[in-house]
Amino acid sequence: MDSATSEAAVEAAARTPLGATADNGLKIVVVGGFGVGKTTLVRSVSEIRPLNTEETMTQAGEHIDDISEVRGKTATTVAFDFGRITLDARNVLYLFGAPGQERFWFLWDRLFSGTLGAVVLVDTRRIDDSWYAIDRLEHHGTPFIVACNDFGGPTYAPSRIRDALDLDPQVPLVDCDARSRASGKQVLITLVEHVRNTYAPQASLREQELTR
Amino acid sequence: MSRPGRDDSPDRLYTLTGGRAHATPDSPFDLVTLVVAECDPTTGMQSEHAAILRLTRLPTAVVELAAELKLPVSITKILLGDLLAAGRVSARHPRKAAVPDPDVLEQVLVGLRNL
Repeated sequence: MDSATSEAAVEAAARTPLGATADNGLKIVVVGGFGVGKTTLVRSVSEIRPLNTEETMTQAGEHIDDISEVRGKTATTVAFDFGRITLDARNVLYLFGAPGQERFWFLWDRLFSGTLGAVVLVDTRRIDDSWYAIDRLEHHGTPFIVACNDFGGPTYAPSRIRDALDLDPQVPLVDCDARSRASGKQVLITLVEHVRNTYAPQASLREQELTR
Repeated sequence: MSRPGRDDSPDRLYTLTGGRAHATPDSPFDLVTLVVAECDPTTGMQSEHAAILRLTRLPTAVVELAAELKLPVSITKILLGDLLAAGRVSARHPRKAAVPDPDVLEQVLVGLRNL
């Protein structure tokens, strides 16, 4: 066996490759403050060990080709982790855990345009951490739900959390245990049902136009 | 967890891409574009190109390639653009629409419920 082949065999063994027919990647983003359990949630539902990568951009924009700019203080680097769920022979869902801090939103359009929707993961002991993320998602027009990760502390009535977050009544609010696969799965199902409901009137309007 | 690229000197990234720091704004690659090799690596090929061709024998998302190569996403997209232009990889782009296709949403729900 030549070295290239054995290297490939090692790489294939370490990874869980997709099937040959996979052709449609989908995105869901989990946003939340530090330590709220984003990676835990991704890990609980992912078929691969969560991987980590990063993106860098200069805040001045896309048109600077001089690498010295990347070295300078204007460079914004955002690290994020992700997992993957093979849905069927063609559709693959990627689940991204992303920090909700301000600089991250510079990269939203570049990284997460076309995202199906987002989960705002909330620690009810630090509810203020979530305001900014909710504001930004509303601004970007991304459908989202709010999931409160259970840290074993006191639980609050949903109405109190809604008030504290100033949440639109149509936005689903659920409790979850990010460590539990069943719970994580339910969070994702709730989000996708919400996405479907959000777009349902528009989709049926479009169908009417087509049949006219 | 180590953070890919964070501690690499910019010089390495500069060399990898021949001085290009960013994928062009009209880069066709999305984070979840699935990339498939159309040929085997050859001797003398840039090692990152060869690694991409090995990793993409089966469809592999851009973001997974970036993580495996320990390179920022933008640099990975530049390398992929070179391979795509040379016909060495093909790209299966996500089906993007202003409004998600209701059929795809149903398929996602079925897939999630079967987890």
